[in-house]
Amino acid sequence: MIAILDYGSGNLRSAERAFATSGLDVVVTSDREVALNAKGLVVPGVGAFAACMQGLNAVGGPEIIRERIVNERPVLGICIGMQILFSRGTEHSKNGSHAGVGIWDGEVSLLEAPILPHMGWNSVESDAQTVLFQGLENESFYFVHSYAAKKAVGKAQSWTTHGEKFVSAVEDGYVSATQFHPEKSGDAGLAFIKNWTKSI
Amino acid sequence: MTLSVRIIACLDVTDGRVVKGVNFTNLVDAGDPVEMAALYGSEGVDELTFLDISASIIGRETTLDVVRRTAEQVFIPLTVGGGIRSVEDVDRLLRAGADKVSMNTAAIERPELIAEIADKFGSQVLVLSVDARRARTESGFEVTTHGGREGTGIDALAWTEKACALGAGEILLNSMDADGTRAGYDIGMITAIRSVTKTPLIASGGAGALEDFAAAIDAGADALLAASVFHFGIHRIGDVKSYLNTHNYPVRMQAAR
Repeated sequence: MIAILDYGSGNLRSAERAFATSGLDVVVTSDREVALNAKGLVVPGVGAFAACMQGLNAVGGPEIIRERIVNERPVLGICIGMQILFSRGTEHSKNGSHAGVGIWDGEVSLLEAPILPHMGWNSVESDAQTVLFQGLENESFYFVHSYAAKKAVGKAQSWTTHGEKFVSAVEDGYVSATQFHPEKSGDAGLAFIKNWTKSI
Repeated sequence: MTLSVRIIACLDVTDGRVVKGVNFTNLVDAGDPVEMAALYGSEGVDELTFLDISASIIGRETTLDVVRRTAEQVFIPLTVGGGIRSVEDVDRLLRAGADKVSMNTAAIERPELIAEIADKFGSQVLVLSVDARRARTESGFEVTTHGGREGTGIDALAWTEKACALGAGEILLNSMDADGTRAGYDIGMITAIRSVTKTPLIASGGAGALEDFAAAIDAGADALLAASVFHFGIHRIGDVKSYLNTHNYPVRMQAAR
């Protein structure tokens, strides 16, 4: 079973249905036990970095994520759900940055680009070690964000350029993440989801 | 590699059905919105927009159901506009499965609503619909309401700047002069709005010939919305994308699978 962590308002319906196309059962939940024990946990993103952390803290999300990784249970962060896996985020921070869950050491900062948010379909270049992008080499995925991580972390990275190059996906053992929305990326997104559910 | 120009199909929905017409008085039933959304999705459209033109509360409830059923089977971004007046309206639509909402009148009547929605859900959910026409305001472009029938006296450039500062995540620029004419997007209007904002800009109103889409990109549009040319079968989604691709504009071409 796949659990999608529900920690605030927003559109989780498409994520639920998109992950269900993999053939696995999917639940949208904020229940700690369900989230801890599911075969895979999807952490979607809601709102800005700090607001997202606030919502996540309210359901004990950071502990759930850390505990799952220790117990070798896969986690997939999406969009802001990827960003909060880093140690720091500068969004809406007047002085310095907000603390993230800190699975990866690094900062999520504003993209330097002529048009923001980075909104729409863009291509992804993956390291040779990628598992999740196998068969998806020439596909585009749907992005909506203004902030991003710009330094490599994890075992395999994928990169996308909007104004500057940023990390569009990370594969790092039991924890993976995408800056784009696979659940909104049409057939390519569903194929990516299938690659992830097969890998867990 | 770069960000693709988005092609967006807009469906006018009332009481659970898609309607099409050259103006608001000649509406004909054009089919089931969920089926049409799925068809456009399979043809490679980059985003979908439902414009709810229902006049009744029951009609709006029906739209929520349409949004639900669409979000369950079409996995591309879905924007819903029409009659959204409050944070609660936005919440209902997002929970039903919309990714973004577009609003016009309510934001004009109470601009703080833009900030309230952006603070709660993030700027990315809020598409500000600027229904503008050529008129004697400072920039020569005036914001209208009620499908272009009522002027507000508000200058479209000043309004766009203000709305972006308040938190609008995207601008849907709809030329009320060009709307339904298929004579081309209002290039002057796109150029003018582009000069005052770095927020993504969707051009709408007037799409006819394939060259029209390219001209709007040249003027600074990040995305191109069309309704009638697609609904009446004048162009398929793929025709527009192939044309743009051939002319070296970045578009998402569907891989064969």
